[in-house]
Amino acid sequence: MGVKKTKIIKSIKVDADKCMGCRACEVACSAFHATPKYSSNNPARSRIRVIRHPLEDIYVPVYAGEYTPSECMGRNTYKIEGKEYDECAFCRASCPSRDLFKEPDSGLPLKCDMCESVPELDEPLCVKWCMVDALIYEEREVEVDEDEEDVKMEEMEAGIESLVDKYGLQKVADILARKSQKS
Amino acid sequence: MRYAETGFNLEIDLSRGSIDRVETDPKDTELYLGGLGTNAKIMWDRVPPEVEPFSPDNLLIFGAGLLCGTPATGCNRTIVTTISPQTELMAFSMMGGFWAPELKYAGYDKVILRGKSPDLVYLWIHNDKVELRDASHLKGKGAVETAELITKELNEPNAEVAAIGLAGESRVFFASIEQGRSSASRGGVGAVMGDKGLKAIVVRGTKDINVARPEEYNELCNEVMEYIQFRNENPIPGVMPILAGIGSPQEMKVHDEKWHTENFMWGNSRVRKRDFWNEEIAKDWKETMESMQRRLISCYNCPMTCGATIQPPGKPTYMMKCFSKLTYTMAAFSDLEFGLGIAQSATEYGVDAFSAPQVMAFALELLENGILTDKDFPGMPEDSEGRFEWLLDTIVRREGIGDILADGTYWAAKKIGKGADEYAHNNIKKTEQLPLKLSMLNPIYFLMYATGEKMNITQIEGQFPQAPFATREEREEFVKDWFQVPDEKFKQIFLDWEFRGENSMPHYPTVQMCCDIVDWQEKMHYIDDALGMCAGLSSFPLKPPYHIHNYPKFISAGAGIDMDEEKLTQAAKRYRTLVRANNTRRGMRRKDEKPPENHWKKRFPELEEELLSTYYDFKGWNEDGIPTKESLHELGLDYVAEEFIKRGILKDDEDAPAQ
Ligand code: SF4
Ligand code: SF4
Ligand code: SF4
Repeated sequence: MGVKKTKIIKSIKVDADKCMGCRACEVACSAFHATPKYSSNNPARSRIRVIRHPLEDIYVPVYAGEYTPSECMGRNTYKIEGKEYDECAFCRASCPSRDLFKEPDSGLPLKCDMCESVPELDEPLCVKWCMVDALIYEEREVEVDEDEEDVKMEEMEAGIESLVDKYGLQKVADILARKSQKS
Repeated sequence: MRYAETGFNLEIDLSRGSIDRVETDPKDTELYLGGLGTNAKIMWDRVPPEVEPFSPDNLLIFGAGLLCGTPATGCNRTIVTTISPQTELMAFSMMGGFWAPELKYAGYDKVILRGKSPDLVYLWIHNDKVELRDASHLKGKGAVETAELITKELNEPNAEVAAIGLAGESRVFFASIEQGRSSASRGGVGAVMGDKGLKAIVVRGTKDINVARPEEYNELCNEVMEYIQFRNENPIPGVMPILAGIGSPQEMKVHDEKWHTENFMWGNSRVRKRDFWNEEIAKDWKETMESMQRRLISCYNCPMTCGATIQPPGKPTYMMKCFSKLTYTMAAFSDLEFGLGIAQSATEYGVDAFSAPQVMAFALELLENGILTDKDFPGMPEDSEGRFEWLLDTIVRREGIGDILADGTYWAAKKIGKGADEYAHNNIKKTEQLPLKLSMLNPIYFLMYATGEKMNITQIEGQFPQAPFATREEREEFVKDWFQVPDEKFKQIFLDWEFRGENSMPHYPTVQMCCDIVDWQEKMHYIDDALGMCAGLSSFPLKPPYHIHNYPKFISAGAGIDMDEEKLTQAAKRYRTLVRANNTRRGMRRKDEKPPENHWKKRFPELEEELLSTYYDFKGWNEDGIPTKESLHELGLDYVAEEFIKRGILKDDEDAPAQ
């Protein structure tokens, strides 16, 4: 057990009742994560996607969460207040069953990083661009063990895992070996 | 690398079924920007005046604005250009929604269609994969229904669909193209799409749109967003609510319709109901709207929520925007419940909500006055609401009298004869106008109505207040933060503008001032239509977030084209003149440039002629409204002058018309 220390938990409260499907959040996220920053736009690269069926009055902003190599065995649909939601509507996973939360070219998984950057933003960009307040940013402090950390590592692992799924372990290992020789 | 634009158009020949991806010339972007500007150039180059609206040689162009797909708030317009069956001139109807950015992400700036498909088809664009697909199972289906069916059959919930309904298939002259919460409605662009055998264009794109100078562009976008917030919190005092804010007129949010219902005309733009609005109606209509409205909604990347999803009892949900809320209600002398209900059918059929109700009211007026008889309306119900439903059905099916009415009031009156043209009284350039009849000539509006080529006043007006403010203090207050003006002189004109006395209409603003004011207002609309910007955030409202001072920066940082105010003004003038050149070549002249006779009770014929002549001169057009050789040369449009001379429209040695 490591030493306790405080950590800021960043969260975004989604008020789907207020969302009106403008996709400004997707625009902002994709611009922010372009290299160089803001140099390109492509909502397909966004780490937030709005599930949107205006005629059924369905608007669900969903954030990209974990990568998963295989899709769920069973699926659920939800009916809420008479509205039927698609299978997987609320799921945050970058999953083989759908094209959501994957880089359109490479297929690599995308994950919301809360717009981590130096210098830090006052609030995540999708929140700033959602002018109808469907997305609200909140921070709270919690105590955590020191070693339970490093989002970056986690992200890298997910990336490698998806590469392995796509190309096979051997190929990925070969490339890593080659790279490490070069450097 | 190309910035903001993709640099590629899709060329589709529907007769042959061929699909080509064609790289465009970046030089054209510099000269004509994009959207309307480059559309007008293509029309000039490829559609000579001999081409009729329903000829396979007519083009139908869907042009995304230059900045669509970048993060500029509210930049989502598609400009649909073709030769209109209604006016036989160049139509450039524009639609918001979600379609234009999606096309850009798929890797194209425009879709250019020619020819005619022998069978009904739809076009499916998915990045590099583009195909024509059979649409025979969609024949007769509603525009909204079609979008639902196609996204399901393709299993592409994120694809955007622009579709026609039965009206387009039947080539109704005022048929629209419907898209999400928006539509390209004016000029019968839907009829041309139907004539080409094209039911829908479906787009899904997952590619990047690049901007030239990212940090700078982002900063400009942030400034606009902050200003939108500021304007939302600070409506303009002293004007009616509908003019105080930004965005499209907030018809879905505003319940108080006293102004529209008492100042706009009912029926066939005839009857003014001065004391119509009362507490009971206000309560009743508010209840109607609240019981049917499900949610306020926006277009792509915009916070303004100008539209709404509406669910009339017993009917499917549809999306509505702006003044279509009242056009059916008022034309039929009915109530809001009827208006919101019939608009559902009208949206599925795909008709223009300005023209369609007027055409139907016109038919009923002809019946009342014995020009048409009961025999022309077999089986039509007795009540007004029933009659409108019946008429709409017969028009979109072109059955019986509906076949004649489907050509709009101008052409229908010609066919019917017997003095019917007296009843087609609210047209400019053969197109039905807003149902407005006013007392005294407004010289600014006179010029806008007369010379507009988009046939819609809302697509020319804006920026400059519609009427003077009562007190000097109010005026001073207004000009204080009026930084959008292109020149300080506009502030002075407005400060000196009074309701009565020497500085009042029709002789103030002076003729010269009117030219300046109209030119500025029109210019901003033309810039919007090239960039793909919503007029609701730019050229239409007072004190908008986009204006002549920040637009050049947006173009420079976004598209990487070196731009300043002067260059932008010149570019806008260039393609504005090219729009006129297209229409001049098709025969449009001074005689066509007049508002309806009865638009104002009190007219000033001499002043009106002076206004028109001075404005023509100011624009570089001759006495007949034809761009002169000299002005064409200045704009780098010598090729237009050459053709004018070749066709005898201008003489070689002078700028006077040949005939
Ligand atoms: S910006 Fe806000 S309102 Fe718009 S789609 Fe995203 S969450 Fe919904
Ligand atoms: S918080 Fe940042 S990374 Fe996450 S979805 Fe919003 S904009 Fe994208
Ligand atoms: S202001 Fe209104 S009409 Fe314009 S883009 Fe925004 S939501 Fe659409």
